[in-house]
Amino acid sequence: MTKPSGSLNATASQNAALQVYLAKRRKEKILDLVLPIFGVVGLLFFWWAVVKGFHVRPFIAPSPLLVATSFARNHAILFGNLLPTAVEAVGGFLIGNLTAIAMAILFVHVKPLRQIFFPVAVMLNSIPVVAKAPILILIMGSGLAPKTTIAAFVCFFPTLVNMLEGLGSVDPQVMELMEILSASKAQVLFKVRFYNSLPYLFSSMRIAASMSVIGAVVGEWIGSTRGIGALILQATYAFDTGLLYSAILMSTLLAGAFFVVITYFEKLTIVWPAEGSH
Amino acid sequence: MSDAFPNPIAATPAGEPCIRCDDVSVTFFKGRQSVSAIEGLSLEVARGEFLALLGPSGCGKSTLLRVVSGLVQPSAGSVEVLGTTAALARRRRDIGFVFQDAALLPWRTALENVALPLEVSHEAPKQQLQRAEEMLDFMGLGARRHAYPHELSGGMRQRVSIARALVSDPKILLMDEPFAALDEITRDRLNEELRRIWKKTGVTILFVTHGIYEAAYLGQRVLMLAANPGRVKEILRVDLPEDRTLRIRENSEFIALSARLRRLMEEAS
Repeated sequence: MTKPSGSLNATASQNAALQVYLAKRRKEKILDLVLPIFGVVGLLFFWWAVVKGFHVRPFIAPSPLLVATSFARNHAILFGNLLPTAVEAVGGFLIGNLTAIAMAILFVHVKPLRQIFFPVAVMLNSIPVVAKAPILILIMGSGLAPKTTIAAFVCFFPTLVNMLEGLGSVDPQVMELMEILSASKAQVLFKVRFYNSLPYLFSSMRIAASMSVIGAVVGEWIGSTRGIGALILQATYAFDTGLLYSAILMSTLLAGAFFVVITYFEKLTIVWPAEGSH
Repeated sequence: MSDAFPNPIAATPAGEPCIRCDDVSVTFFKGRQSVSAIEGLSLEVARGEFLALLGPSGCGKSTLLRVVSGLVQPSAGSVEVLGTTAALARRRRDIGFVFQDAALLPWRTALENVALPLEVSHEAPKQQLQRAEEMLDFMGLGARRHAYPHELSGGMRQRVSIARALVSDPKILLMDEPFAALDEITRDRLNEELRRIWKKTGVTILFVTHGIYEAAYLGQRVLMLAANPGRVKEILRVDLPEDRTLRIRENSEFIALSARLRRLMEEAS
C-alpha cells in the first residue's frame, strides 16, 4: 500500500517531480554498489603503493601481487589446512550454542541454578582465550577436541546471555494471556519463549560465527601441526609473508562465509519485525 | 452462526449471578510497604450482563479483572465465578481476556493467533483451524487471515485479539481498556461492533475503561470505582434503549448520564 500509486490522474508537474525522485534513487543505488568496491580497491592500491614506495622487503610485508601469486601457488595447502579449522569452528559453534541454549532454558525455569552458575560462567568467560587454550591442550591433547572446545567456549557466553534475555523478556501481557489459557510451562516455552528468543539467538550467533573461527585459530597456535592457525605460525617462522597473508585471508573468508550463512538463515526464520517496531 | 454461539443466558436459570465478589480486598507489597489496591469491594454480575467498569487511574480496575480471572488472589473476601472459584472457571476455559495492547504473538499470522487457545487446550488441528477461521470471519477479518500482526492496523489487531478471546466459547469476557490506544473513529466502530458481538453471543462482559462516553454507551450498568484504595463509588443503571447506535450520544439522556459520570469521576479521583 506504500508503493507510489499509479499516475493516472497525476499532473505534469507531479510527473516531473517523480522523475527527479526516481533519478535520485537510481543514483543512490549505484553509489551503494560502487563505493564499497572503491574502498577495497583503494585499500589494495594504498597497500601496494606503500610497499613499493618505501621499498618494504618481502619478508617484512608482501605486496598484494605477491599475496595473490602465493595464494594461487599454495591453494592446495591452504584449502587442505582450511578443512580442520572449519570443522573445529563449526563443531565448536554448534556445541557452544546448543549448550548455551540448554543452559539458558534451565536457568529461566530454575532460578537457584541461575544464581549459582551464572557468576561462574561470567568468571570463566573473563579468562582470555589465549589463556584458556593451553589449559585445554594440556587436558585434552593435541587433536581436534581442544580446538573445538575453545571455539565452543567463545560461542557459549554471548549466546547464554542473549538467550537468557530472549527467553525472559516476553511481553508481560502475553505471559498473562498464557496464564489465562492455563498453558503449561512447556507450552509457554515452545509457543512463546522460544520464538521470542529467536532474534536474540541470531544476533549472538552472528557474533559467534566469526568468534568460533578466531577460537579455532588460537587453539591451533598453541599446539597443532594442521589448520590455518598452524599454517600462520609456520609461515611466520619461515618469513613466507605471501603464505602468511594468504592464510589470514583464508580464515577471514571462512568467518565471512559462516556469517553470511547465519544471516541467510536469520532472514528465512525471522519473518516478523524486531521488538517494539509495530 | 447460532450453532457456533450457544447462548448462555438461555441455558442457565435466570437470576443466578455469574460473578460474585464479596468484600474483596487485594493488597500488594511494594518495597517495604503494602499497598491496598482494592478494599472491601462487593459486586454481583448477572449472566449475560454488560458491565462497564469506570474509574480514575489507581482505582484497581485492572486488578479487579485479574481477581475475577483468578490471576490475582484476594487477600480477604471471596470471589465466586460461575458457581465455582475464579481459578477453576479459568481452567474450564470459561473466561476470555482482551488486553489493552492486543498482545498478539508477532510470529503468528492472524489465524494462528486466534487458534492459540485451542492449540493450548489440545483441540484437534482440523477443528482448531475451522473454528479460528469462523471467528475471524465473524470479526470481519477473514480476508486477512494470513497477515502477520505488524501488517494489520491497530483496530484490526484488536479485532484479532477479540476473536482469540471468543474462540473457545467463554461465558465471560474480561476486557482491560481494549480500545484505549486506538484513534477515536476506530474506537467508535469497535464499540458498536462489541455491542453486536455481545448481543449475538450472549457472553457476559466486564469492560474496563477510563472513557466516560465509552462506559455510558457500552454498559447496561456502569460501576464507578474510587481510587486509593479501589472501592465501589456507585453503580449506575444505564436506561438507554438496547438497540443503540453511536447516534445515541447526541440524545439528551445520554448527555445527562455522561455529565453525571464525569462529576462522579472528578469526586472519585
